[in-house]
Amino acid sequence: MTRERAVGVPGLLWLPAALAAGLLVLPVVALLVRADWRSLPADITTPSALDALWLSLSTSVVATVVCLVLGVPLAVVLARAHGWPADLLRALVTLPLVLPPTVGGIALLYLLGRRGLVGQTLDTWFGISIPFTTTAVVIAQAFVAMPFLVLSVEGALRTAGTRFDVVAASLGAGRWTVLSRITLPLVMPGLVSGTVLSFARALGEFGATALFAGNSPGVTQTMPLAIYSAFNGAGVTQGTAVALSLLLVFAAVAVLLAARAWRPGRAA
Amino acid sequence: MTSLHAEVAVRRGAFALDVTIAAHPGEIVGVLGPNGAGKSTLLAVLAGHLVPSAGVVRVGERTLTAVWDQRVESAVRPEHRSVGLLGQDPLVFPHLSARENVAFGPRATGTSAARARVVADEWLAAVGLAGLADRRPDALSGGQRQRVALARALAAEPAVLLLDEPFAQLDVRTAAELRELVREQVRRTRTATVLVTHDVLDAVTLADRVVVLHDGQVVEQGRPLDVLTDPVHPFTAALAGVNLVVGTLVALPDGSTALAGPDGVVVPCASQRPGGRAQVTFSPSAVTIGDGWSATVVDLEPGTTGVRLRTSGDVLVDLPPAQVAQLGLHVGAQVRLSVPAEHVRVRPLT
Repeated sequence: MTRERAVGVPGLLWLPAALAAGLLVLPVVALLVRADWRSLPADITTPSALDALWLSLSTSVVATVVCLVLGVPLAVVLARAHGWPADLLRALVTLPLVLPPTVGGIALLYLLGRRGLVGQTLDTWFGISIPFTTTAVVIAQAFVAMPFLVLSVEGALRTAGTRFDVVAASLGAGRWTVLSRITLPLVMPGLVSGTVLSFARALGEFGATALFAGNSPGVTQTMPLAIYSAFNGAGVTQGTAVALSLLLVFAAVAVLLAARAWRPGRAA
Repeated sequence: MTSLHAEVAVRRGAFALDVTIAAHPGEIVGVLGPNGAGKSTLLAVLAGHLVPSAGVVRVGERTLTAVWDQRVESAVRPEHRSVGLLGQDPLVFPHLSARENVAFGPRATGTSAARARVVADEWLAAVGLAGLADRRPDALSGGQRQRVALARALAAEPAVLLLDEPFAQLDVRTAAELRELVREQVRRTRTATVLVTHDVLDAVTLADRVVVLHDGQVVEQGRPLDVLTDPVHPFTAALAGVNLVVGTLVALPDGSTALAGPDGVVVPCASQRPGGRAQVTFSPSAVTIGDGWSATVVDLEPGTTGVRLRTSGDVLVDLPPAQVAQLGLHVGAQVRLSVPAEHVRVRPLT
């Protein structure tokens, strides 16, 4: 039997590579080891745990839909725009990625809070108050998750270029037809990975939600907040926190695996 | 069945493009020129991706572009121009089957799905891909993809077809088949066609007329045969593989007239009188070696019939390989060259 021999990896790389893998994987292993598997079924089926799980999943789905509906147009505009205003906007869009989420939460309060820039108007004119509602949870999640979608879709659009769009236009296709039948299908891999990343980010969101939406069970207490509360021993044991954490880990792994299994054009 | 008429001026920094071009229904007009001559700019204007500084593009009765005195009077968007494109990269949509690719144009302009499917299958049959309609582009060869691209361009029933080096990436045999196919389909559909190329083979096999562009200006135009056998511009001469020498008409001691070119090149011009400037053209195979002007071998390369020498004064000489070996020619060797008068074409310059 013959085997192809690649250039290979320098031996010195193995140690840092192993350490990196350990740093990323061992905490989850510790969680698995530490878990009390006998009380696990009971821990994760308590009404408050199920409430938190349902709230997390539903708000994350809605936040992801918001990211898609608003983020894809923004990505298209950014990918096709030139000049310094576009460069500036591109930099600002990535701000939520580098900002601590707690800062994002405070910023959202100053924008949409009862005395906020826009919130005051909403309150006095329409009687709408956003903070500490489920809507606030979705807004906070969309705020931290949208950059992932915009960045990956914009990157895919730039890589794809506009040559296929030019051909499609020469065949008589208007701008909407070109976008829906050529441009977006061509960036589908970027769109899918951006969507998955956004959903995962929304699911794990904590800081901005805590400050902007609060920690009210059934209304704004998503899984990360429930885990934090449980861990700090507010009435429940740390075992519940571990159990809830495991549930979130499994949900995240399931999403990532589902995304990996889907490959465009593989069926062809 | 419409004709194309375009007068285009583009000013971009130091670059100036000034071209007038026309193509009748079913006619293929070749646009030749070196890189940077303005060929791509001309295509961009015709396709509607670039608004010219001034000029007009008309297809039949329709005015697609009109710019006068800095005023854009009309600039029809690319999707409404009915101008088809076929470039050197087929750009077959990778996520669609061959049939869906060809059906794209008819679908985009409102044909029903069932009808578009029939049209697509007819076009695929016309380009020799009848059995491959369900294939994805990655399951087709380069030549097959270019056939799909041609079928797709023509299925949209363009009034004008723009071909931009469409055979450049194909192997010799596939390119020859595609040339034949393009000619046949353009004639059959009577589509006015502009073919941009720097391949002389495209010009002689496909073009009814050629326009030679250099630095944005038309330097010559006419039937390919006339332009290539009697080139006026050095680029055309190089393209045709013909020597072109510019010089002064002088009297030789024996009383005949000759053209004295750079680097001591002397070419007989029996029909001319001394005085004034002229340019002569002659084939590299007409040059004889042994006596005449003294030249240095600058380069040796494989030629069409043997070995091609490039000599000082930019004169090309074609020799049989045996003669090269016999004379022991190498880069830097000194040779004496002459051209028999009967192989020289003279054009007086005013």
